[in-house]
Formats: sequence, structure tokens, C-alpha cells
Amino acid sequence: MSRDGKKILRGINLEVGDQEIHSIIGSNGAGKSTLAYTLMGLQGYEHEEGSLTFNGEDITKLTITERARRGITLAWQEPARFEGLKVRDFLAIGAKARGGITEEELREALIKVDLKPDKYLDREVGETLSGGERKRIELASIITMKPKLAILDEPDSGIDVVSLKEIINFIQALKENGSSVLVITHREEIAASSDKASLMCEGAILKSGDPLEISEFFKNRCIPCDSRASPPKVV
Amino acid sequence: MSQVTLKTLSAEMAEISSAYTAAGGDATVLHKHELASLVVSGNRVLNANGTEGIVLEKHETEHGVDIKMTIKKGYKIPLPVHLCFGLVPKDGLQEIKMDFVAEEDSAVELIAHCTFPNAVNVIHKMDARILIGKNASLKYTETHFHGPHGGIRVIPKALIKIEEGGSYCTNFSLISGRVGYLEFDYSVDAEKDSICEMVTKVYGKKNDKIKILEKISLNGENARSVIKSRLAITDNAESEFRGITEGRAPRARGHVDCMEVIQGNAKAEAIPIVRVDNPLAKVTHEAAIGCVDKKEVETLMASGLEEDDAIDIIVKGMLA
Repeated sequence: MSRDGKKILRGINLEVGDQEIHSIIGSNGAGKSTLAYTLMGLQGYEHEEGSLTFNGEDITKLTITERARRGITLAWQEPARFEGLKVRDFLAIGAKARGGITEEELREALIKVDLKPDKYLDREVGETLSGGERKRIELASIITMKPKLAILDEPDSGIDVVSLKEIINFIQALKENGSSVLVITHREEIAASSDKASLMCEGAILKSGDPLEISEFFKNRCIPCDSRASPPKVV
Repeated sequence: MSQVTLKTLSAEMAEISSAYTAAGGDATVLHKHELASLVVSGNRVLNANGTEGIVLEKHETEHGVDIKMTIKKGYKIPLPVHLCFGLVPKDGLQEIKMDFVAEEDSAVELIAHCTFPNAVNVIHKMDARILIGKNASLKYTETHFHGPHGGIRVIPKALIKIEEGGSYCTNFSLISGRVGYLEFDYSVDAEKDSICEMVTKVYGKKNDKIKILEKISLNGENARSVIKSRLAITDNAESEFRGITEGRAPRARGHVDCMEVIQGNAKAEAIPIVRVDNPLAKVTHEAAIGCVDKKEVETLMASGLEEDDAIDIIVKGMLA
């Protein structure tokens, strides 16, 4: 995947197992979000080489909608604002494909991201909510969607530090409900709670394996990262 | 207590009730005696029902109806007053003259549905004078439904005066069916400590033409106002928006907010104008015209929606 003639992602070889939590860690500009967008098939992030296989099917050429209907979804680092769209309607959209959602399920989804249903269900996902509240609502929408693969781009972004444990619990709950989770994160705590982790640098995956080992490697070897001056060797 | 009932349970009433429902209204409210209501079809008053605190006068003219509604001093009308203006035939002219007075310390909410479901060659003109007395409150919600043909010219004009401490909120909505040609012209004079909020929401399609002019003069100390406009246009539709706010007194505060979404070959122009001639007044503005936000579209697509359905939800949300 390249932009303005420059390769943004290169030589990515990544496999996420069934009901696996896989963290992608790396410094700013490493290409983590670009990887997430490419997996979701966003406009401007199309594959140039290689292939993307999901449950045995080549989905490289599929649109966002087609990928979503196969069970892949994405939670953005900075969620979109939707003027006039109520929280209940936003949460129901993702559940539409699987036959709709009950009021009870809507309420449970909000409770799982620590929001009070009575306070939020009929509010707009727009300017009346803070960035942190919108982030939680976006995560709640992942719950209502029940995806096979949830790609979470910095799920703790905009959410206070004391809530980090909740985010980790949320990711674990997705796994327990049958989802695989690919988490883009800077947080060692989130990476450490994963089943597997990969370290990204300069658009490539440097190392994959045990999350504690990868986190330690990231902490000790990559910060400060001077890889731009001297690109690292892909392991 | 004054109550005027002039009910004609005719086929015309049934038709206009049906059209009222198509416009998003609940037609049963037009038949409830405890609710004040007025139903005008063409130049005929089909139903006029007043309640305590409301004086309702009407006069049928050659092409429409002259209406005078007065909310008596001190009366807080507990339930909304429902108004229905419409023309069921495909051709015709309807001219409505309205004179609304909310006397001192009164409060009322008016809910109007204007419906022209079969319009092919219809003109609907409204000329309104609205006076909101001292510490009075008037909320006016107007929803239009023009049917699928686009053969209608709608020309509402209103001069509004808000006296000291008064409050006027209006919400004009034309988002179902075609617009046709809309020339919306509201002008407000706001006196000391008054509040004015004007919201317009219009969805133009095909070759619809939309012209919106809203002007608020904040003449009195501490008068406050917001002009909020949300327009979506697609196909070959065109829109022009002028939102003018004048700050003319100490601590007057005003804001003009226009957001337009365009698609296809549509053309939009938005001009917020702020004028201030008092150094203690402050008026601000923002205007944005553009396509539907890409991240919003892709977020909904990542939930399984097709692109067109995602855009439709976003536009309807903006206009909700």
C-alpha cells in the first residue's frame, strides 16, 4: 500500500487466529492505523500487492460493505460525529445484518462500556457528546455487531487512564463472545493482555510472538526509535 | 371561555386529513375538541377549534384565508395548537395571511403542517405578522410535504417582533418529497432580553430551487439569537442561503450557523452576514458546504451498510 509514491506498508505477513486477541504495537507513524484501514478496505487504502484471506476466502478486492457483511468491522481511533443520529439508531445499524436488536441488547451494550442507557440511548452521536463518550459508543456498536473480526484502532484513545482496565475487559469480552480482535495500541497493558502481539516499524512487521516479549522489545529497543534514519531489518 | 367549532366532515376534510398524515402529522389531533386546531384547504376553513385563552378569527378570501390568532395576556396554553394548510388538487393558488399575537406573559406552541401531496402547478404564499409580547413565548414548528412532482412554488414571508423578555423559536422543515421552488423570507426584530432561535431544514432534489433569507436584528440590550440552517441538495438542485444577524445593542449576542451537504450536480451558496454597530455586541457565524463526511460514510459501511444507504442515513440525521 503506498501514498504519493511512497510505500506505507511493506512485506506485511500477519495471521490472526480464531478468537485470538492480537495486538499491533509500534511508534507513531509506524503504519499501524494504515494497516487497520487497509484490512477494512477503506477508500485510498487499497492493496497493491499480496492478498487478504478471511475464513479461507480471498477478500482482497472486496468493498468495505462486503467485508463488513462477512463479519469484519473497524472502530476508529477518533470516532465520527453523526449529527442527528441517535445512539440507539447508531447501535442498531450494525445489528441489522443479523436480524436486528432488542431494547435489552441495546442497554446491555451501553452498560458494557460503562454508559448509563437511560442517559445515552436517545442522545445524538454528535456534538453533545465528548470524544470519550463517542469512543465508548463506538465500542458499544462493536458489541451489537457481534463481528467475527473486530479491528480496534487505539481503543483507549480519549478514554481516561482509570478506564484502561475496562478496555481490557471489553476486549476480553469480545473474544469470549466469539470474536477475533486485532488491537492497534501504544499501551503495554493492552498488548500484555493479548494472546499474541506484533511490533510494527516503518510500515513493516518487525517481530511477532509472545505479547510480553514483544512489549519488552518495543520498550527497550524501539524507543526512541531511530529507524527512520536507518530502517530496521525485518525479522 | 370561547370555543369556535366549525366542522365540515366532508370528503375534502378526509382528503386533507390524509394529506396531513402524509406530511408527518397525526390527523386525529385535528378532531379533538380539547385541542385548538385550524384546518384550511385551499380557501376553505374546514375546521376551526379554539380553546380557552385563544381568540381565533378567520376570513375566507378569493384565493385563501386571512387568520388572526391572539393568545390572551397571561395564558399559557398547555397543549400545542395544530394548524393544517394545504391544497389537495394538482393545480391552484393558496394565499394565507396570518396575524399572530402572543400577548404579554402568554405562552403557546403552534405545530403547522403544510401539505400539497399532488402539486403539479401550485402556488402557496404565506404572509405573516407575528408579535410576541413582553415576556411571552411562541414556538412555531412548520413541516411541509409537497409530494413527488416538484410542481409547487412556496413563498412564506414573515415579519416578527419580539418584545422585551419574549421568546420566539421556529423550526421550518421540508425534507420529504420534492421542494419545487421555495423562497423563504423571515425577518425578526428582537428587543431587550429577548430570545430568538430560527432553524430551517430542507432537502432539495432533482431541479428544486431553494432560497432562504433569514434576518434577525438584535435591537435591544442582551437580546440573543441563533440562526441554524441545515440544507442537503442533490441531483441538479440549487440553494441560496443568507443568514443575517445585526448586533445593535450592548451585550446582544447572535450566531449564524449554516451547514450544507451537496451531492451530484447540485449547487449551493451560503452567505452568513454579521453586522454590528455597538461595541458591546457580539455576533459570530460559521458556514460549511461540502460532500458527506467520508469517515461517517465509511463508519456506517463498516457496519454493513451500502454506501448510498449510509449517505441517506447521514443526510437524514443532519436534517432530523
